[in-house]
Amino acid sequence: MHPILRMVFQRLGLGLLTLFVVSVIIFSAVELLPGDLAQEILGQAATEETVAAFRRELGLDQPAFTRYFSWLGGVLQGDFGKSLANQREISELIGSRLGNTLFLAAFAAVIAVPLAIALGVLAALYRNSLFDRAINVSTLTSISFPEFFVAYILILFLSVQLGWFPPISNVDAGTPFLERMYKSFLPALTLTLVVIAHMMRMTRAAIINLLASPYIEMAHLKGLSKSRVIVKHALPNALAPIINVIALNLAYLIVGVVVVEVVFVYPGLGQLLVDSVAKRDITVVQAACLIFAATYILLNLTADILSILSNPRLLHPR
Amino acid sequence: MRDLVLSGHLSRRDFMAGAAAVGITASAASALLTSPAKAAPKKGGHFKIGIGSGSTTESLDPGAIDNTFPQQVNYATRNCLVDVDNEGNAVPNLAESVEASADAKTWTVKLRKGVEFHNGKTMTADDVIASMNHHRGDDSKSAAKSVLDPVVEIKKDDDHTIVFELKEGNADFPYIISDYHLSIMPDGKWQEGIGTGGYVLESFEPGVKATFKKFGNYWRGDERAHFDSIEVLSIKDVAARTNALTSGEIHAMDRCDLKTVHLLKRNRKLNVHQVTGTQHYTIPMHVDVAPFNDVNVRQALKYSIDREAIVKTVLRGYGQVANDHPISPANKYFNKDLPQRAYDPEKARYHLKKAGVDSINVDLSSADAAFAGAVDAAVLYKEHAAKAGININVIREPNDGYWSNVWLKKPWCFCYWGGRPTEDWMFSIAYSKGAAWNDTHWENERFNELLVQARAELNEDTRRAMYYEMQELCSNDGGTVVPMYASYVFATAANVGHDKFASNWDLDGNKALERWWFDS
Repeated sequence: MHPILRMVFQRLGLGLLTLFVVSVIIFSAVELLPGDLAQEILGQAATEETVAAFRRELGLDQPAFTRYFSWLGGVLQGDFGKSLANQREISELIGSRLGNTLFLAAFAAVIAVPLAIALGVLAALYRNSLFDRAINVSTLTSISFPEFFVAYILILFLSVQLGWFPPISNVDAGTPFLERMYKSFLPALTLTLVVIAHMMRMTRAAIINLLASPYIEMAHLKGLSKSRVIVKHALPNALAPIINVIALNLAYLIVGVVVVEVVFVYPGLGQLLVDSVAKRDITVVQAACLIFAATYILLNLTADILSILSNPRLLHPR
Repeated sequence: MRDLVLSGHLSRRDFMAGAAAVGITASAASALLTSPAKAAPKKGGHFKIGIGSGSTTESLDPGAIDNTFPQQVNYATRNCLVDVDNEGNAVPNLAESVEASADAKTWTVKLRKGVEFHNGKTMTADDVIASMNHHRGDDSKSAAKSVLDPVVEIKKDDDHTIVFELKEGNADFPYIISDYHLSIMPDGKWQEGIGTGGYVLESFEPGVKATFKKFGNYWRGDERAHFDSIEVLSIKDVAARTNALTSGEIHAMDRCDLKTVHLLKRNRKLNVHQVTGTQHYTIPMHVDVAPFNDVNVRQALKYSIDREAIVKTVLRGYGQVANDHPISPANKYFNKDLPQRAYDPEKARYHLKKAGVDSINVDLSSADAAFAGAVDAAVLYKEHAAKAGININVIREPNDGYWSNVWLKKPWCFCYWGGRPTEDWMFSIAYSKGAAWNDTHWENERFNELLVQARAELNEDTRRAMYYEMQELCSNDGGTVVPMYASYVFATAANVGHDKFASNWDLDGNKALERWWFDS
């Protein structure tokens, strides 16, 4: 078998094992939280009788062990089960949310990744110039503020004062593509500002690191232009670390945007997960967490493969 | 109908008789009288409202309603047998009349004929009984189970007549069946979200939004449900809600941020509304746990809180001081003669001395889950009480799990009540002996005696006297410090038309969608 294919299968196997461990950890963690679904749903209106009836109906009176394995059995057959709280099919509940989250992540990534790489290359090219410093200061500033602050600043100027974009991203399954882009522009911009510094600085650092190598010096001596040296000779060799940091940031865009979703009332997975944890709706929590964990695993795997393809020497560690 | 007026059971208020006699239009007529400046409601438009609650775990089950988002959905799509109007009267709604036997134990409900559900089915007694039974029985997981506990039996006389048998007489029964949980569904089935209400549910995504369109065959015709279509959005973040309103994304919001509401008021495109309702905040202590088992300690604690200061700082003035009982000025038998308890560290010291101590140390659990600002209120209380020699140790509890781990469990903690439309209801669920939510374990013999008597008492004056005494008992002997009533504060775009606001719940008695309209 081709070594790269073998690595992919190995990683996928490990990934499945990781998912299993994650599901056990999540399940036990939610079990450890005080109270259960019946109490949380009924809230202040709970009486002992109604809570007991609720538990009987949902099977919450069964031991945790039994509940976990019956859930796992369902998942292995491709059935995520129903939300304990409102009896909706979880696949349906998560489906549209996941779509929204992926859309927003993709939107932000489409803006952020090319921009970050371009800015990184330019910053390396004009190292220590005024341009380099300005880029560094502004991206570092935007990453240093909490996300909600960036979001509110954008809302204040672009929405409340100028009225260019809506302050809330009220999208649903029927929203046409362009309108969806328009409505989710502010959250995408917020996310862009939040992740861009990381990727930009990694690009800059990786390229500057390579600029000291002998072959770059050779290229200079051949009389190539500075930009050609960087884009043609340095960048391909700097791709491995850049791809890794992009993968990490993409994963963040999918799983870490709860705060942004709350501020823009964007119906993504984050809010679903938060609500479900608060109400101890364990089946939904599990499903959402598995998706998040799988996202991380797959993105890391992709990053590794791409790094190796860009530099096959990585396949044989020294 | 004449029987009803004569028996006087349905009409707790004088107005009631008239309303019942001329049917439902009376309430609309009275509403018009109270605000003559308002023009007749205009029709049409797409109305969007942002609600400060909502969770992805919600369902359309009326038994599971626990906050304002499902309440809006419920009242847009469904009706109850009895409605509470904007004067606080119980008026027949899906019921045509509600008549009591002489002992107020047997209640006969005549249903309105020809009322249609959204699926085209005509409402009959069976639907009503099934809807009520959804909340009853051993396997009920409904939050309204205890509300219907006094009902022993529900019988059908004919297709449009239902008889409720109660355990004991209750003159407030019409109010009980106005509870929002007890809305009427076809065959008692909630899954489809079908009801008899003014709007048909088009989409419902829990924790995100619900959309509705006008129901053409609404039995109330043009009288209510003025919008063509409606969108209810869950916007939990108050800043996001406020932004959405100021930029015109939504036309109304609830729960304004009290810290910034003065800025909202300056905006001429908006109206900010304040309604004093029955909502109140409480600090219940377990009266069977030392040191709270001594009435003098309870008194001392009640004297050592500066209510004015807390209303001013925590509520920013959007509320009123309360008097250690749960009956609000919006209630009918609110005891106006009971002297307002004021902050008096000297008196508190005196009561401590009577209890035989100089100073005490007590733990007070608080979290903003109880109400926004509860932790601040607890810290203020600590400062106030220190002057009376009471050392309050404020314990900040996590918001998550507050209702299952702190309330009813810790000996002294913060709590809130939306209030109830009648005195009996409020006292019965939280202050009577053995009540499901008696969060103080208070058992006062005289109080419990009065509660049962007053419930079936039909003479207004005797009844008033009884409720006055009960408030006094609660205030002096009870285990709850009730520092304040909190107003409902909500805002609308300037072109949203409305009548006098109902005070029984937030957002015009939760009926904003049914009652409001666009002026232009």
